[in-house]
Amino acid sequence: MSGLLEILAATSLVLGGALTFIAALGVLRMPDVYIRMHASTKAGTLGVLLIALALVFMGADAGVVSKAVAVFAFVLLTAPIGAHLIARAAWRGGQTPWQWRPSSGAGADPPGRP
Amino acid sequence: MIIETELTGVMATAVNLAALFLVGAFVLAAVRLIIGPTLPDRVVALDLLTMLVVAFLTLFALASGVGAYLDAALALALVGFLATIAFARFVDLTPEQNPGERR
Repeated sequence: MSGLLEILAATSLVLGGALTFIAALGVLRMPDVYIRMHASTKAGTLGVLLIALALVFMGADAGVVSKAVAVFAFVLLTAPIGAHLIARAAWRGGQTPWQWRPSSGAGADPPGRP
Repeated sequence: MIIETELTGVMATAVNLAALFLVGAFVLAAVRLIIGPTLPDRVVALDLLTMLVVAFLTLFALASGVGAYLDAALALALVGFLATIAFARFVDLTPEQNPGERR
């Protein structure tokens, strides 16, 4: 039985690590602050969820498991609120959402790049 | 081996693979934090870095078996949220820095 839990925990760990990496990749590569936020908030939250879930699977006692659940609950509650606040501030600050312009070619000339 | 752990077998491999992914994510988020052309970009990158540190502390608590790292992750999740809110207010109250990029 512990073998099954170990496999579940290992799968969650690798998936969580990969998702956080994808989130960071999106933050680096996406053309606009709003799309970057979209990558970081959703993929990053799910990555933290999966890594905390691995701790729940491998958890030795109730204290560790409850703390892991609390970490995940805080991240899940606070990440959308923070992203919303940053997006509102960026919108009020005059950031124009990125638009794909066929004349300039795919991926060319994203706003905000020097 | 990135993290020295007492775990064996498939769990040790998974922990090291996840740590490798997280280190790569740290590098990418730090690059965006440095080059980010506008202030909101940097705030987004900093928010992601806080989330990555929370994930790494959780992973390290699992790898080392020391539960105190989980307390640190819990505290950082709360403090990071407050920092994000403060930075968002700061962005809101700061005049536009690069007027030339509005199209």
